[in-house]
Amino acid sequence: MSARDVVITGIGLVSSLGEGTEQHWQQLTSADAEPRIDRERFSPYTIHPLPQLDWGQQIPKRSDQRQMETWQRLGTYSAGLALDDAGMKGDEALCATMDMIVAAGGGERDTTVDTSILQQSQDSSDVDVLLNDRLTTDLRPTLFLAQLSNLLAGNISIVHKVTGSSRTFMGEEGAGVSAISTAAARIRAGQSTHSLVGAAFQTEHPDMLLNYELGGYLHRGDWAPVWNRGDAPGGGVVTGSGGAFLVLESREHAQARGAKIYAVLGRVAAAGASPDEEQMVAMLGELDLPEGPHLAIAGASGANAVTASERSALNKAGLSARGFSTLTGHLKEAQFPFAVALAALAVSHHAAPAPLDEGEAPLAGAVDMAVATSFGYRRFGGVAAVGRA
Amino acid sequence: MTSSVDHLGRPIVAVTGLGVVTSLGVGKADNWAALTAGKSGIHPITRFPTDHLRTTIGGMVDFLPSSGRGTAALTRELAETAAAEAIEQAGIGKTFGGPLFLASPPIEIEWADRFTLYNASEDGDGYARLLAAARSRNDRSLFEASQFGQIADSLSERFGTRGLPVTLSTACASGATAIQLGVEAIRRGECDRALAIGADGSATAEALIRFSLLSALSTNNDTPERASKPFSRDRDGFVLAEGGAALVLESLESARARGAKILGIMQGCGERADDFHRTRSKPDGSPAIAAVKAALDDAGYGIDAIDYVNAHGTSTPENDKMEHLSLSTVFGERIKSIPVSSNKSMIGHTLSAAGAVEAVFSFLTMQNGVLPPTINYDQPDPAIDLDVVPNVKRAADVRAVLSNSFGFGGQNACLVMAREPA
Repeated sequence: MSARDVVITGIGLVSSLGEGTEQHWQQLTSADAEPRIDRERFSPYTIHPLPQLDWGQQIPKRSDQRQMETWQRLGTYSAGLALDDAGMKGDEALCATMDMIVAAGGGERDTTVDTSILQQSQDSSDVDVLLNDRLTTDLRPTLFLAQLSNLLAGNISIVHKVTGSSRTFMGEEGAGVSAISTAAARIRAGQSTHSLVGAAFQTEHPDMLLNYELGGYLHRGDWAPVWNRGDAPGGGVVTGSGGAFLVLESREHAQARGAKIYAVLGRVAAAGASPDEEQMVAMLGELDLPEGPHLAIAGASGANAVTASERSALNKAGLSARGFSTLTGHLKEAQFPFAVALAALAVSHHAAPAPLDEGEAPLAGAVDMAVATSFGYRRFGGVAAVGRA
Repeated sequence: MTSSVDHLGRPIVAVTGLGVVTSLGVGKADNWAALTAGKSGIHPITRFPTDHLRTTIGGMVDFLPSSGRGTAALTRELAETAAAEAIEQAGIGKTFGGPLFLASPPIEIEWADRFTLYNASEDGDGYARLLAAARSRNDRSLFEASQFGQIADSLSERFGTRGLPVTLSTACASGATAIQLGVEAIRRGECDRALAIGADGSATAEALIRFSLLSALSTNNDTPERASKPFSRDRDGFVLAEGGAALVLESLESARARGAKILGIMQGCGERADDFHRTRSKPDGSPAIAAVKAALDDAGYGIDAIDYVNAHGTSTPENDKMEHLSLSTVFGERIKSIPVSSNKSMIGHTLSAAGAVEAVFSFLTMQNGVLPPTINYDQPDPAIDLDVVPNVKRAADVRAVLSNSFGFGGQNACLVMAREPA
């Protein structure tokens, strides 16, 4: 135990399962939890939609809400939940010295404008000139800001007054891994005392699906658990909308303000390129886990080959996996923060989520250690050890 | 020999390699010659038609093989070209062996590709049709160009960097943030060296239109080379530009141990987010002021240590006013005797690359003992009382430089660089 241990003191979660730690934990430990899916809106793709949210609960000003599209609202909302949970919301001194790393992709484009331009392009002899004409007339300035990757962090600064620092990492799941590992490394080294870190993904927009489907990654069959999509049409990924933010703190900082501590974030191992099964096993080895059996909150995307490798690597490491995407869908940049958050919840409850499909083994005994994983559908990956406070 | 740890006992971070590409050319030699000659790289846009556009000029990099092949391809080539120059200068072999921090623009599927997809299918309309075409074509190169992590992944493979490469955006402060991340990693003792790159090849029609809608761009289309005029009374916006820059950051101890030439010291970094507005700074300038102060504190410097300021100096009415406010608040009366010039008067605003490009130029300023000018400074803004090194370069003995980067979304990042270890 050290004063500079990285502890998790705030968790903000939103997914199709609901919002907040209690709703998520209750769903995940229920033996008969059902996925909430929408198969119609983006057919032939299935998605896990957002639950009903009252944005005003975390973004009180209408004028702020209007400056954002759903992705930024969702991230700002989830960040607010985490700050509330950590007991930091509205504490000006704590927020003004708080560091922030957000993992982000891009925001929503205007589908109406895009669609109209695409249609008109069919009858145009010079599409570039058409583009200039239409974009000049039709684009809204606020939408540009709603699309900018770093403006989720910008909105969190404006709405929640987190201003110690603001960094946005990009790069799909890997961005979430780097965000958490960097925030933790800074705290461990004394470069930071408390940090807000997380991401949101808004899948209910066709452009967000297009980024997967250009590579043929989306699952097109009937809904199936994340581990069991290999034989179905498509690439195995079912996406979901959601957000996950964490408040990370040095143990010393958390104790000094009497904060409740969910768990300790231990080692994080990350990989560039495209880790194969052997590398995954090696990364899990880097966590230096005590004798098991242990729980793994697996961020497997469902992407056929990578997911099969992850399953096998987790088995070899003797880990009992829970592929949470079965219930939430793939949350892209938010996948690793979500996994770490669930691992912290499991550790703080001393219990594992219920098996989410028949291939996941029950785990008896008190959980005092959980591994969080996220291996990207295309590239990069990370694993973390989360232990008892 | 001086110590290899700084005033806080942290490893001193040296710079052993620099590379740069801007509209003025490829490499340090060409860029420095043009920059000190007061030459502008701003020119009429030829990459796409400019009909209907309010701004028809830019500082685009039109001379690379990837110019015109889309944001991802050009950004990658700008990054690769700059990094190759920096790594060669540092004398590091094929395997870099440290982490990569890449500042680059957010990635979107290009319009040209949207049109291609749309024409490739007749199923449905709008995005449903794009999705159907995406399914049936399964075009890997188009897929890769849509992935935010792809450029860094490919650079990591090319240069043999270690671990999961970080791609980041802090808008117009991105380049400085990439450097800061590298400095922090070395100070933590995680690595002996880090590769920090800022690259931006995102000057598309849509990007231009978006900034135009925010009234951020100069519309001085008739005389492009005179459009960017930081600190002038008649400044009317920034000029969108492209570029790339790379810095090999290395612990002083490691650089000395392998006999590398020390090009300078990355002495301190500071940052602060603004909670006032999405595109405007807090009227009292407090976040920018705090970022400058944080960088000086991190460097262990008082205000007397800074000999020159490489300004953010975008040439927008708002930025230059606020930058003056923050500098005059931090430095007081002394600011009148510190030269402050803007590279952007010549190269325009290279967005995600700017902080890195301007850091490279800051080191060249110290090495050569020459201050690059702020060109187009014919009508001084009486409200901005600064020595902007007007129009003509100036010889100066520069031991330390402050470089500012401020961006949309309340991003403020400042770097303090020194010629030699303290």
